Amino acid sequence: MSERGQSLGWTTLFEFANPKRFMDVTGAIIPWLAALTAITIGAGLYLAFFVVPPDYQQGDTVKIMFIHVPAAIVAMMAYVAIAVASLFGLVNRHPLADVAAKTAAPLGAVFTALALITGSLWGRPMWGTYWVWDARLTSFLILLFLYLGYIALWNAIEDEVRAARAAAILALVGVVDVVIVKYSVEWWSTLHQGESIMRPGAIAPIFEWPLFLMMGGYGALFFLLWIIRIRTEILERRARALLRRMGEV
Amino acid sequence: MEHFFAMGGYGAYIWPAYGASFLGLAAMIWSSLRSYSRAKRQLRELECEAPS
Repeated sequence: MSERGQSLGWTTLFEFANPKRFMDVTGAIIPWLAALTAITIGAGLYLAFFVVPPDYQQGDTVKIMFIHVPAAIVAMMAYVAIAVASLFGLVNRHPLADVAAKTAAPLGAVFTALALITGSLWGRPMWGTYWVWDARLTSFLILLFLYLGYIALWNAIEDEVRAARAAAILALVGVVDVVIVKYSVEWWSTLHQGESIMRPGAIAPIFEWPLFLMMGGYGALFFLLWIIRIRTEILERRARALLRRMGEV
Repeated sequence: MEHFFAMGGYGAYIWPAYGASFLGLAAMIWSSLRSYSRAKRQLRELECEAPS
């Protein structure tokens, strides 16, 4: 724990960032997070398929919204999480921050791909095309490439400290793309609809329930798997340290 | 039942979207849990061998 960290009041965060403490806390959280994931996604799917009526303009394709929007939001959230963790890794040199950034990337990449696939399958019946090269779709495709590049960079550099630093810089530069994704529907003309989730009244309440449940479910699943992946990495590092010590004896 | 799967004529888009999402999430869960249990097992085995 650094002096600077304490004076800034980061004490609790750094305590949590201690691997031993992280293992204890997350070990207790995992079953609850798993239950939350199952319940929210289960209830969301039930409402989506058995309760919600077809939209008066989009018909039953509105059902795709319940898996498209959550995947897209989690994909962007995961990227921001990687960027924040990378910043901590660069500034505070905390190894757990690097691990957190590294382990979130494959998850973010999957959510990004799912948002692209479901969006494309929604676009075909509603817009008449699977794909347009407009700002929102293109910047989101770039997000997928950023994820893949980030993962590739980690794998390309053998020295872990150097890999972490290079990947962190890429992650921070890539934040520009997330900002572009977010505001693309305002800055440029597009087929993609504008921001509606935070706008009261934009989505009928009957559609809001399954949407919010699925968003909660996708978010909970991301955190659950992220925690599990960080724990995996900590266990692997412990095993490596143990092997080194056994080699010395 | 047939009516349900037709999804108002949009079944050809809705089911693949849900199918792909299911596969993506399932693959993510499966691979995360597999590496997790492998890491746990490996560490346990090492701890048994290691002179403490």
